[in-house]
Amino acid sequence: MRQSVTLSKVTKFMGLGMFGTLKDLFTGKLGKEDFKSFLRKTIVPIASILLFIGLWHMGAKALYEKEANFKIQKALTDQGQSAADAMKACIASGDISCKPNTLPSPAQVWDSYKSLLKDHNIIAADKAAFKEKTAALNEKRIEDGLEAITYTGRPSFVDQIFRSLKTVFAGFLLALIIAVPLGIFIGLSPTLKSSFNWFIQIFKPVSPVVWYLLVFMIVKTLLIDSNEDSSFTISFISVGLCSMWATLVNTAMGVSSVDKDYINVAKVLKLGSFQKIFKVVLPSSLPLIFTGLKITLSVAWMVLIAIELLAQSPGLGLFVWEEFQNGANDSNAKIIVAMFVIGIIGFLLDRLMLTIQNWVSFDKTEAI
Amino acid sequence: MAYLELNNIYKSYGHGDNETEVLSNINLSIEEGEFVAIVGFTGSGKTTLVNLINGLITPTKGEVLFKGAPVLGTSHERGVIFQNYSLLPWLTVGQNVLMAVKEAFPKKSKKELQEIVADYVEMVSLTPAINKRPKELSGGMRQRVAVARALAMKPEMIIMDEPLGALDALTRGNLQDEILNIWGKDKRTALLITNDVDEGIYMADRIIPLRPGPNATLGPEFKIDIERPRDKTELNDNANFKKTRNAIIEYLMDIGEERKSESNEKIILPDLSPKDFVNQFKYKFL
Repeated sequence: MRQSVTLSKVTKFMGLGMFGTLKDLFTGKLGKEDFKSFLRKTIVPIASILLFIGLWHMGAKALYEKEANFKIQKALTDQGQSAADAMKACIASGDISCKPNTLPSPAQVWDSYKSLLKDHNIIAADKAAFKEKTAALNEKRIEDGLEAITYTGRPSFVDQIFRSLKTVFAGFLLALIIAVPLGIFIGLSPTLKSSFNWFIQIFKPVSPVVWYLLVFMIVKTLLIDSNEDSSFTISFISVGLCSMWATLVNTAMGVSSVDKDYINVAKVLKLGSFQKIFKVVLPSSLPLIFTGLKITLSVAWMVLIAIELLAQSPGLGLFVWEEFQNGANDSNAKIIVAMFVIGIIGFLLDRLMLTIQNWVSFDKTEAI
Repeated sequence: MAYLELNNIYKSYGHGDNETEVLSNINLSIEEGEFVAIVGFTGSGKTTLVNLINGLITPTKGEVLFKGAPVLGTSHERGVIFQNYSLLPWLTVGQNVLMAVKEAFPKKSKKELQEIVADYVEMVSLTPAINKRPKELSGGMRQRVAVARALAMKPEMIIMDEPLGALDALTRGNLQDEILNIWGKDKRTALLITNDVDEGIYMADRIIPLRPGPNATLGPEFKIDIERPRDKTELNDNANFKKTRNAIIEYLMDIGEERKSESNEKIILPDLSPKDFVNQFKYKFL
């Protein structure tokens, strides 16, 4: 009993109230009066997901037929009846050479997902074997002052997800380190605010692509002597610079708009400026700072894909681009898999931030 | 020399054509150990007056003298109980009080500070709630925390800005007694700003009405010659109480009338009727 209460509290705290209700159903705790809320919170989302998949399936089918018909028609006008029949047979057999290249159906995407996982397992096993094989040799190389031999094979889909997460967190951390202190200073000093305002207003709307190019120009020169691959450095700095603006603006606003009553309290208690900032100004602007950080993280995740693609830094963005260039049988389906993975991870990151925000700030915001 | 003196205070906000004078020609002197109440309408500049005395703002003209020295900023000698509690919502009751105590007695050890906090929280009978946050407390409890915070700094003078304005009658009565108790114990000087004449008479030695702003100024003072400790129920039959009460209310009514006749402008209200908001929202968000 006690445990179930805590669980529903936790899910609600994370803004995942749906799971709490779902659990109530299975534990038989759901009263009749709760049925309406159960319908709304659980059945309706599930129904809408099913409806979405159904529409997607029909849409994919229609597109497939359109392209197939076009191909047959083209063969007919260009080469005559026999070519058209051959094309028809070829399409029906599902051969790669003539398969219509269009939006994949949900089933194809699911198959691709499974094949990507299988691919990951193979690569992981390969990696483990490689590690085992080179373990003794590497030990010796390190003793001799040489660099260890590392696995240089193709990264799997899962590896790329983790690589992307690494980039996004590095970028997010950079944004945090720059934007929060700067935002506090700007919020505290009207002089700094007016001197930085033009800067923020001009750079805030700049597109991720341009940020990438700017960072590329600078980092390329800075790391000109080094042989290391700079794509990771460039991409995480670009992600950080793109996404820090929301935090900067929100922090500055939070700090400059602290309730006047609290400032009066600080004055009456005669708190020093250091104490005033850390005991009154910062705690009271925490909710806004976290709102900014939440936006920053979601922007960082969004621009990451584009920046990885440009920087050729391994990750989900590069994965999508390579699949698109590849044009293999299941490339389109793999792109859609990546799309869902990107979306779900973005959603989870958002919930993560919301949970931290609820935890640290006094102002408990109800999740939508 | 008086303990607290206000000499020809003028306070205005804005510049040039937009300048509005909130307070004009305020003269007030309070003796040590005295309990003075200032009674006035809402919006008559009471809070501005309080902020001038506790040093949050400075007068445009004139000077505020505390123990003979001009008031240039806030001081631990003058404790303030704000109108809207002004507790820090992210700190617990104990932490809110501790923050004040720490600032007032920077040399004391952590243990001594904790003891002072415990004493004052006990004094306002909130010991069971010492680890709660203001959000979890009722309005009356919050105000008691604010009282404890102000008093724990052991100020020589307590300035109260409508401290009980938002409370219900019962809680209000209890807190009035508590404040009087504390004031009586070590005879501090107290200044109470209120919009309740009865409260003023019950608590203060002197009542001074504040004529409504803009250009608010202090009216003639009314001395309350009723022996302490005063009993609330007996007070209603006290001839002295009735006389003073009627005099003050009559005075306030008169200046209210005066103001009304001063502004002959008739305000034409637009012809509006409320929309059916409730139903509109009900269906939109269900």
